[in-house]
This record gives sequence, C-alpha cells and structure tokens, in this order.
Amino acid sequence: MRKKSALFAAGLLVFAVVGGTFNQSHAATVVTIATVNNGDMIRMQGLTDDFTAKNPDITLEWVTLEENVLRQRVTQDIAAKGGQFDVLTIGTYEVPIWGNNGWLVSLNDLPPDWDVDDLLPAIRNGLTVDGQLYAAPFYGESSMVMFRKDLMAKAGLEMPDAPTWDFIKEAAAAMTDKDNEVYGVCLRGKAGWGENMAFLTATANSFGARWFDEDWKPQFDSREWADTLNFYVDLMNSYGPPGASTNGFNENLSLFQQGKCGMWIDATVAASFVTNQNDSTVTDSVGFALAPDNGLGKRGNWLWAWSLAIPAGSDATDAAKKFISWATSREYTELVASKEGWANVPPGTRKSLYANPAYQEAASFAEMTLNSINAADPTQPTVDPVPYTGVQFVAIPEFAGIATQVGQEFSAALAGQQSVAEALEKAQALTTDEMEAAGY
Amino acid sequence: MVRTATIQRKIIITAIAWTIGLLIFFPVLWTILTSFKSEAQAIADPPVFLFFDWTLENYSIVQERSDYLRYLWNSVIIAGVSTLLGILVAVPAAWSMAFTPSKRTKDILLWMLSTKMLPAVGVLYPIYLIFIQLNLLDTLIGLIVVLMMINLPIIVWMLYTYFREIPKEILEAARMDGASLQKEILHVLTPMAVPGIASTILLNFILAWNEAFWTLNLTAAKAGPLTAFIASYSSPEGLFYAKLSAASTMAIAPILILGWFSQKQLVRGLTFGAVK
Repeated sequence: MRKKSALFAAGLLVFAVVGGTFNQSHAATVVTIATVNNGDMIRMQGLTDDFTAKNPDITLEWVTLEENVLRQRVTQDIAAKGGQFDVLTIGTYEVPIWGNNGWLVSLNDLPPDWDVDDLLPAIRNGLTVDGQLYAAPFYGESSMVMFRKDLMAKAGLEMPDAPTWDFIKEAAAAMTDKDNEVYGVCLRGKAGWGENMAFLTATANSFGARWFDEDWKPQFDSREWADTLNFYVDLMNSYGPPGASTNGFNENLSLFQQGKCGMWIDATVAASFVTNQNDSTVTDSVGFALAPDNGLGKRGNWLWAWSLAIPAGSDATDAAKKFISWATSREYTELVASKEGWANVPPGTRKSLYANPAYQEAASFAEMTLNSINAADPTQPTVDPVPYTGVQFVAIPEFAGIATQVGQEFSAALAGQQSVAEALEKAQALTTDEMEAAGY
Repeated sequence: MVRTATIQRKIIITAIAWTIGLLIFFPVLWTILTSFKSEAQAIADPPVFLFFDWTLENYSIVQERSDYLRYLWNSVIIAGVSTLLGILVAVPAAWSMAFTPSKRTKDILLWMLSTKMLPAVGVLYPIYLIFIQLNLLDTLIGLIVVLMMINLPIIVWMLYTYFREIPKEILEAARMDGASLQKEILHVLTPMAVPGIASTILLNFILAWNEAFWTLNLTAAKAGPLTAFIASYSSPEGLFYAKLSAASTMAIAPILILGWFSQKQLVRGLTFGAVK
C-alpha cells in the first residue's frame, strides 16, 4: 500500500513537472514579451484583451523584470541566441548598438496606417540605423525642471521657461529652508550609468564638456568637466538634501512628492507622478521648465525612449510585428484615453498626440515635454563635435561599464569621500584604460 | 547572592537574544506592514509604523496583475523535487563517506564544498548554452537539475555530519545479521538519521525556494518561480514599494509558515552535534 502511494505520488510529480514544461506546446502562436515594470507598461498589459480579441490566433506571455535585470537577461539571451523572447523592451542606448550587430529585425515594413512619419523626429532618429527602424517607441522622455510654484513665489522669484544654471543656483539658495526640511534642489547622486551619469552627462553637455574628442580620447581632464562637477557638487552640498549621493529617481520622486524639494531636474515622465492626486502632496503647485543651459546653445536635457523591438532569433516575427504595431499605434493611445484618461497615455512618441487638444488640456506638462524632447539632439549632443551619438550616453557597448565606474567616482565626490579633482583624475584614468583595452 | 547573579545573567542573555531576533526579523516585519499601506504611506517621512489606514488594495492589484498560483506551484515543484532528488543522491554518498572513508574522503568533501565558493555568474554562460542545446531554458526540469546540483554539496555535508554521529557498530551488527547494503541504508541507517535528514530537507527546501540567480536567469514566461514574481514588481522609475512589499509577503508567506511549524526540527537539525 505504501509502495503504491509512493508510486502514485511520484507519478503525480512527474506529470506536474513534465506537464508544466510542455503545456504550451499545443497553443496558438505565442509571443513572449520581455518588459520593464513601470506604469505605462503595466497599463499596457492590462489592456491586451483588445489585442487578443482582434488576434485570437496569438497568445501573449509577459516577462516583467526590473530595468537592469531585464537588460542583462535580454543581452544574454540575444547574444547566445537563446530565443526566449519575441518582443524586447529596450532603450535608445541599446537600439543603435544591437541594430548594428544585426541582432534586431527591421520594422520598416510595419503597416502604412501605423504611420511612421507621425513619430517625433528626435525619437525616430534615435531608433534608426542606416535607414532601418529597429524599434518602435512605446513612450519617450526627456528631462526638465519640475519646481514648486508656491516656494518660488515665496522666494520672490519667477521661473523662466528656459532657465540658466546660474538661475537654478540662485533659486535653490532662495528656496532652501533646512530647518523645515525643504531643500532647494534635488538631483540624482546614486552611482550608475542610467542614474547619476545620465543626469551628469546631459548636464556636462550644457557646460560644453564631452566624453571623448574626435579621436576617442577621454576628456575628463578638460576644464569643462571640472566646471560641471564642481558646480554640481557645490550646488548639492549647499542646497541639496542630506544623503544625496544615494538618491536616484525614486528617492527624489519621494522627496518631491512630500514637498521637500524646491526643484527637481529629472525625467519628463515624472510629471505625471508629481501631479498625481493620489500620491503627491504638492499636486497643485508644480510648474515645469526646460532643463537649464549655460548660454552655450545646449541644454542639460536628455532623450530616451522605451521601445519595442524584435530579436533576430524570434520564431514569431509576424505575430510580434502585429503586437508592436498595436501597442505603439495612435489607436492604442486612444484606447488608453478612453479607459484611463488622456493624462495617462504613453507620452513622447507621436506628433499627433501633442496636436490633440484633449491631451493638451489633460496634461499640463505636455508642451514642456515636447519642447524638451525637441531640444535634444543625439547626433550633436554637446558644443564641440563628437564621434558618438547619444545625449546622456555614448552609444558604444563599452559605455555602460565605464560610466558605472565613473558614476561611482562622482558619487564618492558628492559624498565627500574624495575631491572633485581626484574623481576626475580617476575617471580619466579608468576610461583611458578601458577604451585602450577595447581597441579605440 | 549567586542565585541573583544567575537570574540577572539570564535576563541579560534573554534580552540580547530577543534584541538580535527582532533586529533580524525587523525587515520582514517592515515589508509585511508596508504591504498594507498606500504607496504614499509607504514612502512617508517620518515613516509610519502601525497607525495608518490599513488596506488590502496592494494584494488585490498584485493578484489581478500576476498569476500568483502559477508562480507558487513552480516554486513548490522546483524546491520540492530538487531537494528530494538531492537527498536520493546524497544519502548513499554521505553513507560511503561516513562509514567507509578512504584517504581521499576529506579531500573530496572539501572539493565538493569548494564548488560553492565559485561565483555563480562564472558558469552562467556555459550553463546557458548547454540549456539552449538541450531545450531546457524556461523549463521546470532544467531548474530542478540546476538547483539540485548547486545544493548537493550542502546536502552531502549535512548528512555526512549527521551520519558520523551514528555508531558504526549498529550498522556492523545489521550486516552480521545478513542485511544487504540496500537494507542497511534504508532500514537501519535512515530511520536513525530521520531528524538529520528532515532538517536537511527543510534547510535545502528553503535554500531552493529563495534561490534567485538561476531562477531569474534561466526562466522566462513559463517556469518562473516566486523569485521571478517578486522581481516583476521592482522598478527604478516609479514608486511601487507597497505593491512590491505585497508581492514579497505573498512570496515568503508559504516558507515562513513552513519554517514556523518545523522550527523544532530545524533547530534540532542545525544544532545536531554542535555540543558534544
């Protein structure tokens, strides 16, 4: 009896394991989508009934991961030709590199009614390699100044639409009230190529600094980088919140929502968070302005688009294209608007959205977002010519690793663990070593 | 006088033990509390501890967004089967090392343990390529095999330690009574080592349940266990701490309950042979 029970249990176990492995084999075309966990993507997952109703022969499966884990998983899978995913969520950093490597399927043949010409030119250019569109933008973002209108008025200042860094410093000084835990300015300090280095690289552009000269020689020993980092460290030490060297997007969002930041310069996508009645305590007093400049013709704003692409190894290319053309279409934004309101549609990808009066009325940040995106030029990001594309990144595979190390040095300088000069010296040395090792 | 000093000592030791215990448990408690807050309350400064508007909304959203039961089922199968398979392989291995050791037994044991010292990422790419060739990516079978292999050194070591506590003479007596090798292991050794085997199973089940590196790297949409479920709620751009906490609580709840009910066996097994 005991033997029979044991055999039965073992049989059940084998059935569970093998069944779990093969239970999808009889299904229709399965499209596996690797995506990130953010509000717009999660909203899309909730609305996919619309797609599956129109395409009953396609089943969608989702793999949602944290941004950095997703990047590593997808890179690993695509490089090893694992074929785990049919649609990838990737950014403007990966698209030119992976497109050049032949890792992505061209999307030039998406249906005409998808209307490629409706895409914002800056976003479209960032996703195109040699005339081939390798990813369809799901939402785009730049960076801008979000500020407290009430604190600004109390300080007797008025934020211009296009402020300078000098004005930002003046306003930060005027708004800081440390006794009441109000800090003039909150900026990213947490180390990482997508954290402090996204902000600092974009800021450096407005100071005329660049990562490399035209011969790919690192430029951290230049006066422009010294000016950038000295300004940033001084600004944050004088008017920033305590522990700023560990603050990233989420930490600053939290501070701003609780009314502890006079200004916050970060992703335009944050505008919908800080104006959200449910989460923010400063909803009614938030204003927006372009990222600052230094009078050199370049602003300190970045350009990014979370986009959907198809890996070259996918065996469901046609179904994946159908999904992408649905998720990034004008009709999709109308679907979101009908269910959740115009303020919640994915921003920053299509001209038609910004021409839509209903959107303009619902999203007070629409115009500033569009202007910020249009102000970014990935092909000529800074004052002097550069051999690379990318505003807050350099579109080469080595960049992520180098920038993360440089970010650690800069974060240590902000934390007071070393001087700005030491941080720049180390950044120059490590970047030179890495670039030489990479054959530049 | 002596008695008072002993009582005082006991009170101090108890207070220290409770403080350490609470410190270790505090992150789990905070996660559970945060799961009942709104996103705004989750990031409130100063933090709110108990006096907030308790809500089940996060659990409802997580349940609506994710197929929790599928992840739970995958976790149970992966952790359970990998542990049982590991025990099946490890019992004979530990028996031979404990009762018929050779000059190289200690070297073999150390070598087995040394495989745990290699960072997992060092063998990720070769294993990934092997999995592609064998069609094992995103399958329960693939994960069971990998987790069984990575936990095997610990299982063997633990069983070896328990078996060494059992007098050799009892097995010799069984042999003299004509017991075959199979009967010796199954009917003599195993019943005597049940507490040790039970605690080994429990500890390795917990290790396999919590394993995140391989389960995240070798799965996609089908075989992901609860570690993948939690990972899907982490976000560097957007405040989802309350939802992440709800997902984490749902993921650790089964193992917490299991640990609670089996704490006697766990403690007994982990301290077995510690004091001679």
